[in-house]
Amino acid sequence: MSEPRVTVTPCPDGPLLVRGPFEIIGDDGEPIPRRRRTVALCRCGMSTIKPYCDGTHKITGFRAD
Amino acid sequence: MTTALSDPVGLDVPFHARGPLSAAVLASPAGPPVDVDLLALAQRVSLEAADPLTDDDIQLSLFCLYAASYGLFPQIAPEREWDPGLIAARRVLESAVESALRVRVAAVPVPEPRRDSVAAALFELTSEDAGPSLSRFIAKKATRDQVREFLIHRSVYTLREADPHSWAIPRLTGAPKAALVEIQSDEYGGGRADRVHATVFAKAMRGAGLDDDYGHYLDAIPAVTLASFNAMSMFGLNGRLIGAIVGHLAAFEMTSSIPNRLYGDGLRRLGYGEDVLDYFDEHVEADAVHEQIAGRDLAGSLAEERPELVADIMFGAASCLLLDGAIGAHMLECWTAGASSLRDGSPR
Repeated sequence: MSEPRVTVTPCPDGPLLVRGPFEIIGDDGEPIPRRRRTVALCRCGMSTIKPYCDGTHKITGFRAD
Repeated sequence: MTTALSDPVGLDVPFHARGPLSAAVLASPAGPPVDVDLLALAQRVSLEAADPLTDDDIQLSLFCLYAASYGLFPQIAPEREWDPGLIAARRVLESAVESALRVRVAAVPVPEPRRDSVAAALFELTSEDAGPSLSRFIAKKATRDQVREFLIHRSVYTLREADPHSWAIPRLTGAPKAALVEIQSDEYGGGRADRVHATVFAKAMRGAGLDDDYGHYLDAIPAVTLASFNAMSMFGLNGRLIGAIVGHLAAFEMTSSIPNRLYGDGLRRLGYGEDVLDYFDEHVEADAVHEQIAGRDLAGSLAEERPELVADIMFGAASCLLLDGAIGAHMLECWTAGASSLRDGSPR
């Protein structure tokens, strides 16, 4: 079997969906806890649970383009 | 809590009948009652109901009929799921409920059967959702008693969270199936029993001093709350409504992250602990993932594969908003009037 890939999917006007074997490392060098296989990373900057998305982009009218 | 000892109901379930139909549905453990024409009764009650969506007798009857499919109560035997007499009555009630829903959400726009346009239409529809008023009230104003009522309403579905949508898995193929399983796997804890969302919710109930036995509060649950769970069950259990259950899930996920953050704010304001907050915090993060997968990979891909389902995808989504909006409106209306939103009126 080949190595599983990491994929990043930019959702239109929404977060980045990340799947596969990856780690998110904070500025302090420590891994940021990950509680699910597929995560959504905030792209609008307004999430209250950064680096993860909390859906706030929908009420702030965030546009990815 | 109440028992069925002095009740005409035959099955020893932890709740009471709410009229002739639900009494007949519960009269015999084996199947339909022997001394009542259940089909004729279901037809009569459906015809006479002012609104099947808020009719206690109809909604409790449907709930009891679906209970056999889920295995909600040991007293309701699984054999009842395929009893022809019970199924015949169930179809009459489902027809009444489905018609009522279709009339009420007839105005929902139907997009082109493309992945992006279906996802955009679902996000657009759910952005107009009136539901957040309940979450804002809970965030800012709700009392501890009101929060406990809210948890009791939610328990009908959430102690079996995700199950109604799982009926759809073997009815899908390819991309939509992979998307639904990706969401449901997360709902079911991703392999960790203690992270099954229904289990996390049960912990929240116990943390708030409530009983997490399924059906413990059922006598207190109004028809409007049963109708939400029943509609999901109807969409999930009827293969012909596959579009509706997919659309329902998309709308449910798209109206979850932000309200759950507000519920969490309210629970923190009232001093609840991590055992109660865990469920709500989990859903802020989880459903921001699920709504993207549900909109594009599930509903959008299904629409491309089977364009004839687009209208039902939107029907299911709009039904979700209508029914859950009605529960929220009911709670706010009762609380504003200084009353309990539960059926027997006594805050637990």
